[in-house]
Amino acid sequence: MTDPAWISTALSSARPQAVAALLRYFRDLDTAEEAFQEACLRALRNWPEKGPPRDPAAWLIFVGRNSGIDAARRRSKQAPLPAEELVSDLEDVEAGIAERLDGQHYRDDILRLLFICCHPDLPATQQVALALRIVSGLSVKQIARAFLVGESAMEQRITRAKARIANADVPFEAPGPVERSERVAAVLAMVYLVFNEGYSAGATEIANRAPLCEEAIRLARLLLRLFQTEPEVMGLTALLLLQHARAAARFNAEGELVLMEDQDRSLWNRSLIDEGLALIDKAMRHRRSGPYQIQAAIAALHARAARPEDTDWAEIDLLYSVLESMTPSPVVTLNRAVAFAKLRGPEAALKLIEPLAPKLAGYFHFFGVKGGLLMQLGRAEEAREAFDRAIALANTAAEAAHIRMHLDRLSAPSPKSVKANTKAPSSQLQ
Amino acid sequence: MLYAILCYNNEDVVCAWSQEQDDEVMARLAVVTGKLRDQGRLGPVARLMPTTAATTLRKAKDEPLIIDGPFAETKEQFLGFYVVDCETLDDAVDVAKELADANPGGGSYELRPIGAFFPGKETA
Repeated sequence: MTDPAWISTALSSARPQAVAALLRYFRDLDTAEEAFQEACLRALRNWPEKGPPRDPAAWLIFVGRNSGIDAARRRSKQAPLPAEELVSDLEDVEAGIAERLDGQHYRDDILRLLFICCHPDLPATQQVALALRIVSGLSVKQIARAFLVGESAMEQRITRAKARIANADVPFEAPGPVERSERVAAVLAMVYLVFNEGYSAGATEIANRAPLCEEAIRLARLLLRLFQTEPEVMGLTALLLLQHARAAARFNAEGELVLMEDQDRSLWNRSLIDEGLALIDKAMRHRRSGPYQIQAAIAALHARAARPEDTDWAEIDLLYSVLESMTPSPVVTLNRAVAFAKLRGPEAALKLIEPLAPKLAGYFHFFGVKGGLLMQLGRAEEAREAFDRAIALANTAAEAAHIRMHLDRLSAPSPKSVKANTKAPSSQLQ
Repeated sequence: MLYAILCYNNEDVVCAWSQEQDDEVMARLAVVTGKLRDQGRLGPVARLMPTTAATTLRKAKDEPLIIDGPFAETKEQFLGFYVVDCETLDDAVDVAKELADANPGGGSYELRPIGAFFPGKETA
């Protein structure tokens, strides 16, 4: 396990901890990142020979801190510190650092690093780009590819975002409990954004964007290890695992979106589902519900259904109504309409979403769902109108293609396609 | 003599393995376990879910404490384990409570869902 690929995995897994601790030492993001880079270079020289250390993060923090101080001294023309090869008691130092790593300090370090990426002045996409660059350590090239922009444009965006947070003045003292929980909430929202950037991609972009989903899951797991008793952290992690578990089944060979009820469930990733179910189970025991837990519970009900017809729509409808009261939003109501249609028919679901029209006039999924319901009711002309609106508002080629498939069925009224037309509408969460 | 061989490693690193890296490790391990299986010596093998999925039951004076997260004390030693099929975590907690009641000493039980399980041969 000493070849470069394995070492690079170990380095990237240690990155959030190491950069976060170095940021606390140097109080400057660029210096912390440079020190981490230098430590990584030394690891690449050292580890193949000596084997990786037992605690890569502690090693990188120690060596990074030395090299950072060293660089500062070189700049002020003082004597350099000894190279890490000459430090004989590195093992002991490591143990000392590792112990401290377990403490609250360390937890707040990582939280701070994540939190500065969620600065409210930064638009959502910049928060995501910054977190991917600073916390996950993705290259600018990888991030640019994920956002479908040129490398230099992304470089500029990240530099600008960094300049903004440099003046943000996030205090380095340990936060109080209220502040800490506010930071956790902001960071959870940012992790969810990272995931959605990956999840909402079409089939053609999925290869470049799927890593965002994996990064988001890594960040969620990291947060969960730091905040082991927070049910919402468990909820978000479970939600991401359960959604990502369906990745292989969400697009067909032609790159078209496949609705959940048409997905080949044998392609769902069982081990991700099992972990998600275990986490949501754990969260529920706290009896302190929250939006991520509710959404995870909905995803869990889908995951538990061996066949689409086994889905517990009544429970899903109930959970959506809880979610509606917790976080009132037309998008949540729209998602509820899908369960509503299953339980009480398309007419009732249509009544539920009609009041949302003014608020969702620019929302692709609204017209997708509406068209689907109208189609089920046999109101072909109105359905076609809604689908036309949806296509105009589609965010990805796959979304547009999916709606076009419905339109084709509408204009070819053979008995076979009429039957196929009674499909449920698509929902954002599905 | 039956031996339990317990694996310890850095979870951060293992969780960061790509699917390909993970598959590679599992394939290499399968060579070792395959040989043991052919010899009729391999009992159950389990890969546990990450410690983030763990819950710990700690015996206390009255009701046992249920704590999120893995067992983290160093004053107690690992003495044995059970594999029990449970519908929910609540069921698993109930089982652990029963065990704790039946056991006169103090101590803790870590409840960790199993990610992958291979029953292996019957070992009498």
